[in-house]
Order: sequence, then structure tokens, then C-alpha cells
Amino acid sequence: MMNSVFSNKTAITIFVLPTLLIFCAIVLVPIFVSSYYSLLDWNGVGKGAYIGFHNYVELFTDSRALNSMKNSLLFAAASIFIQLPLSLLLALILASNVKGEGFYRTVYFIPVLISTVVIAQLWSKIYNADYGLLNTLLENVGLSHLAQDWLGQKKTALIASFIPTLWQYIGYHMLLMYAGAKSISQDIFEAAKIDGASRVRTAFLITIPLMKPVLKVCLVFSVIGAFKVFDLIYVLTGGGPFFTTEVPSTLMYTTIFDTYRYGYGSAISVFIILECLVVTLIINKFIKTE
Amino acid sequence: MSTAEMALPKRTIPIGTILLQAFLILVAITQIYPLIWLAFFSLKDNSEIFSGDVANLPKQFLWSNYAKALSEGHVLTYFFNSVFVTAVSIILVLILSSMTGYAITRMNWKLSGLTLTIILLGMMVPIHAALLPLFMVLKNLGLLNSYWSLIIPYVAFGIPMAVFILGSFFRGVPRELEEAAVIDGCGIYRTFFSIILPLVRPAISTVAIFTFLSCWNELMFAVTFINKESMQTLTVGMMSMVGTYITQWGIIGAGLMITTIPTIIIYLLLNKQVQKSMIAGAVKG
Repeated sequence: MMNSVFSNKTAITIFVLPTLLIFCAIVLVPIFVSSYYSLLDWNGVGKGAYIGFHNYVELFTDSRALNSMKNSLLFAAASIFIQLPLSLLLALILASNVKGEGFYRTVYFIPVLISTVVIAQLWSKIYNADYGLLNTLLENVGLSHLAQDWLGQKKTALIASFIPTLWQYIGYHMLLMYAGAKSISQDIFEAAKIDGASRVRTAFLITIPLMKPVLKVCLVFSVIGAFKVFDLIYVLTGGGPFFTTEVPSTLMYTTIFDTYRYGYGSAISVFIILECLVVTLIINKFIKTE
Repeated sequence: MSTAEMALPKRTIPIGTILLQAFLILVAITQIYPLIWLAFFSLKDNSEIFSGDVANLPKQFLWSNYAKALSEGHVLTYFFNSVFVTAVSIILVLILSSMTGYAITRMNWKLSGLTLTIILLGMMVPIHAALLPLFMVLKNLGLLNSYWSLIIPYVAFGIPMAVFILGSFFRGVPRELEEAAVIDGCGIYRTFFSIILPLVRPAISTVAIFTFLSCWNELMFAVTFINKESMQTLTVGMMSMVGTYITQWGIIGAGLMITTIPTIIIYLLLNKQVQKSMIAGAVKG
């Protein structure tokens, strides 16, 4: 009786088929369609002309495209070397039973929940050259010579557009790492304490190594997040000034919807998929966890 | 020895504790102050904002900015659109992925493993991949500028994570419960809907929160598939509103606050559950 109930073919079909259909149609098939489009010279009207891998050749020779890749690599590097260490520091402090643990955890996480569009608008006001919060603060502390048009000029635009992402996602990585640190058995810390290990030593020799699985997840998330970043740049700078903040996803968007080069835009989207896939595989291969 | 151990922390910890707390408070201010500043300027008028003291409390609270944002700025329309699209997406994601997650983890059929692998692969696919193909299909079907043009992709891209989370909860349900239900004469549908589903309520709220955040905040599809103002969601509406009210910061600020407040309320009410769901979303191995 059990078997007939739990291998009821009609029920399985009803439970699985709708999901599978919508998933394949919207998520899987478009990958292949994009790959096909990427081999065309096509403006969306009529039939495109097949041009082989020409779009990919262009992608890796065009200085604007290469610059966008460079920017997303810089975003990834900044995430790895600034955002993750800061998050780790906060997570380790909060996980060590400090007073107000729950309060800080809740507060640090708030920016994660806010729409990136709102965050981009908010930071564009903070950076505003004439009335923005940042310049006002600098003037109030006597550093008015540093006040400038943060998003409007080439030398500061990229770093200025990275800071909101850093600010937004620190809480997220902190939370994941905090959960990882908290799941380590307390006995190990007791033992370290008895052996007389200092807090810093315990963190480096015990806590961080045991947090490897969660650190790996954070690494994957931050790198992929940097490769996929779209909303923030699109709203904050639109890729400007003079393409200094352009990333592959905004380049893809303008290529498709502003210059109507559907084939080339699709090549960029395929590039983004492959980039994310390859990075995930590399990280999984080189950082082994149980 | 025990007294020494007791006394030691009392003497040494205060300075360290004070520094640590000062650092934590500084970080808390950094994380929160921009939002408080947003709340302030949403209540100011232009002359106050542009007079240079952008950092201070409003002299008088201009609630009319909110009224203007809601009426003239169409924020009420955007708000309704976002609520509708998000709510329908959450419901569909929950129905589809709970049924599929159950069939995959608890029912016996040959292709269950393969189906799970395929669906979980979807967690790695960035939405960029689908943008142009979906745009072409929706355009050809005349579905651009409809709620479905957002709901269908949101549901499809929400499914992998939802199946993953719900599936791992279903795995934890004891077999005996299902067997008892069947012995008592329940068919598969009743066993699933009235016995098993209520047991995985925490997973359902986790998925609901996760889906809420991704739909409520989504921009790329929303800006591409919808250009009619009456159909725009908050994220897109906010962008066009900033263009219209470029010099009226107060109204823009009010619009941004209206976009943000629901999320903050949900977070403050369900803060533990929200944090748990974000962790569950990450620990996919």
C-alpha cells in the first residue's frame, strides 16, 4: 500500500511537471538561445547573419569591453580583500559573546535588505558635489579641500561606486560568518582557554580554520556578486563618466537596448555566465571542504 | 586559582570592552546613519537641503513630501504593482516548489535525482542569461507591460533556491508520520497538504522571505519588460521619479522611504526568521 501511494505516477506528474516546464522554459532554454544569438550579427529585426565567434573576438579586443572586465575584477578584488576581512572581523567579535551581540547583528544586517535602487539613489545624494552629505561632513571637520564631485570625475568614480556595495553587503557576509563561527563546538574553545591561548591566537588557529566551509561560500558569493553587479552601477553612474565605472552587465544592457546589437550583447551575457561558472568551479576545486 | 581567574577578567576586560564596544557602535552608526539621513531629508524642503546643513534634523517635519510622492509621484501605483507582483510570485513559488520538493525527496521514481540536479543547477545561472531571450519571447507574445512578464521569470528564478530549502526540510520529516497517515486512509494529496506541509512551516516562511526580497528589489527584468508607467514596480518607478523630480530631493527622499519601510517593518517583526532564511539560502554546499 505504501509503495503504491508514494509512487503514484499521476501525483508525481502533477507535482513535478509544471515546475519543470516553467523552469526549463525560463531558466535553461534561454542559456542556449543566448549562446545561439551570440553567434549572430543581429539588430533584433528580421533574421540575424551568422558570423561565428566574431562577437567573442570583438569582446576580447575592444578596449571598452576589456575595461568593463577590468572593473569587475577590481570589484571582485576589493570584495575579497576589503569586504570579507572586515566582515570576518565583525563576525568573530560578535560571535565571542560580546554585550549587545543580537542588537549589532540586527543593525549591521539592515542595509542588506534594502533595494539596490534605493541604495544607489541614497549614495548619489551622499556623493552630490554641491549639497551632498560627504562633502558637508568633510567641511565640518575642516577637510573642505577634499570635497569634490565624487561620482563625476574619472579618478574617484570607481572607488566611490564600490563603497556602497561594500557598505550594503558587509552585514550579509558578517551574518554568514557569524553563523559559521557560532556552529563551532564550545568545547574546543574551552580547551584552548585552558591551554592559555589568547583570543587572537584562538581566532587564527582554531576559529578561522574551522570556518572554512562558510568562508568558501562567502568567497564564491562575493566574487560572483562582483561579476553580476548591475543595479548599483546602472542607477548610480550608468557606467560613466567616460566608461570609468562600466561593468560587463551594464555594457551588455546598453549594447542590447541602446545600440541594438543583440548578438554582441548576447556574447557578453554568455561571457558573464561562463565567468561565474568557472570561478565557482575554481574555488570549489582549490578550497576543499568536507 | 579560582579566585584569580574570577578576578582577572574583572580588572583587565573593561578597557578592552570599552574599545570593542566603541568600535561596534561606530560600525553600527556607519550602517544606519545613511538611512537616518534619508529619513531626515525626506521631511525637508529644498531650501533647507540646499542651505548646506544637510546633516541636521529637519526644522519642521514636512509630511507633505510623502503626500506628494504618493499622489503626484505615482508611488502609490508603483507600490501596489510591487505588492501584487511580489505576492503572486511568492504564492506560486511556494505552491510549485513545495510540491516538487516533496515529490523529489519523499516519493519513489527513477528520475528524481536527475530532476533535482537540473533544478539546483539553476541556482548558478545569473538572470543576465535570460534577459534578451525572454524579452524577445515576451515581445512576440505581446506580454511586455503585463504583470505576467515579471511574475513568470521571478517564479522561475525563485524555484531552485525554494526547492533546495523545502527539500532539505522534507527530508527531515519522519517517515512514520506519512505511513501513519496512509494507514489512516489518506491519499498522497491529503498526506502532503494536510500532514506534511504544516510541518515545514519554518521552511515556508524562509522561502517566502527570500522570494519577497528578490522580487521586491529586482531591477533588471522590471526595467526591461515594463515601460508603461501604470505597470511599473517600485524599483523602476523610483528611477523614473528621480528623473521627474530631479530638483526636489524631499519628494524623492519620501519615495525612497516608502519603498524601504515595508522591508524594514518585516525585518523588525521577523528579524530572527529573516536572518535564518538568509543563512539557509547560502548553505547550499
